[in-house]
This record gives sequence, C-alpha cells and structure tokens, in this order.
Amino acid sequence: MIAEIVAGVLFAGGLFFHGVAALGVVRMPDFYTRLHAVSKAETAGVVLTLAGLIVLAGVSLTALKLLFVGLFLFVANPTSTHAIARAALRTGQKPWRRRPDHQESP
Amino acid sequence: MSVAIAAAIVLLALVLVYVYRLAMGPTVFDRLLGLSGFGTKTTLVLLLAGAGYERLDMFVDLGLAYALLSFVGAIAAARYFERGGQHR
Repeated sequence: MIAEIVAGVLFAGGLFFHGVAALGVVRMPDFYTRLHAVSKAETAGVVLTLAGLIVLAGVSLTALKLLFVGLFLFVANPTSTHAIARAALRTGQKPWRRRPDHQESP
Repeated sequence: MSVAIAAAIVLLALVLVYVYRLAMGPTVFDRLLGLSGFGTKTTLVLLLAGAGYERLDMFVDLGLAYALLSFVGAIAAARYFERGGQHR
C-alpha cells in the first residue's frame, strides 16, 4: 500500500516531465528547439517512471533489470538526440531566429 | 485499476503528440525525433503494462530489448541522413 502511494507520486512526476516534453514537441518553433525540449524533459520523465516501477517491484532480480533499463535509457536518450542534432547541423539546417532581418545585430 | 495501468493510459495519450510530429514534421529530422520519442514511450508503456498485469518479470526483458533496438535504429538513421539522403 505504501509502495503503491510512493510509486504513484513518482509516476505523477514522470508524467509531468513527459507532458512538458510533449508540449515542447507541439509548440516549439523549429527543429533544434523541439529537440532541446524533448531531450532533457524526456530523460527526466524516463528516470522518474522507472524509479516508480522499481518501487513497485521491490527487492528482486526484476528491480535490478529495471535499474539496468533506466541506466541504459539515461545514457542512450541524450546520445541519440545528440546524433540527430549533429546530423541536422551537418546537412545545413539553420537554427531559428526571432527576426530574420536583424540576424547580425546582437 | 492499478496505478501503473493509469500511468500507461496517460502515456499512450502523450504518444499521439509524437505520432503527429512523425506524420507532419517539416524536415526528416523532425520525423526522426518523433520516432525516437515514440520508441522511448513504447518501452515505458510495455513496462507499465507488465507491472499492471503482475507479469513484470517477463515484460522487463521485452522492454530492455525494445530500448536497445530503438537506440540502434535512431543512431543508424541519423548516420544515414548525415551522409546525405533526401532532406525533405
């Protein structure tokens, strides 16, 4: 019962970060800003959700496997995001500016 | 209804946003971003459904395999489009 409540709180935190990532995917103006929103918020959401699952699983081999999934996603998610951003930059995608006619002025 | 199933249902609703970006993205990299987020969310939904149905010991292996495949697929697609594919 206590474990369910703690897991529910952790799930709620994770879902908040997933919601922020989804909001960024819809609302941000160009590709790089969308990627920025997804990368950080989704990594935080994944870690919190998996922490809730570990609390639900208790002390077992399953919890160890869940910890491994969490560590893997914690490393792999920023890595794949970085690879996508580098590919976009090397193929000449331009970052978004607020006013295209005043690009040179700071 | 357990708390894990409720969280899985909310995550499935959030996956629709990534499907929108996957279908409508202006550039191919937007689609790649949608695919990467879709894979991560699918892993989490698998694990949450496993916890909801009391079979987490089986589903955790499936989730680990899916996370590995999604990561390798995203890296491979990014390398392919970096070397020059169709950019629209």
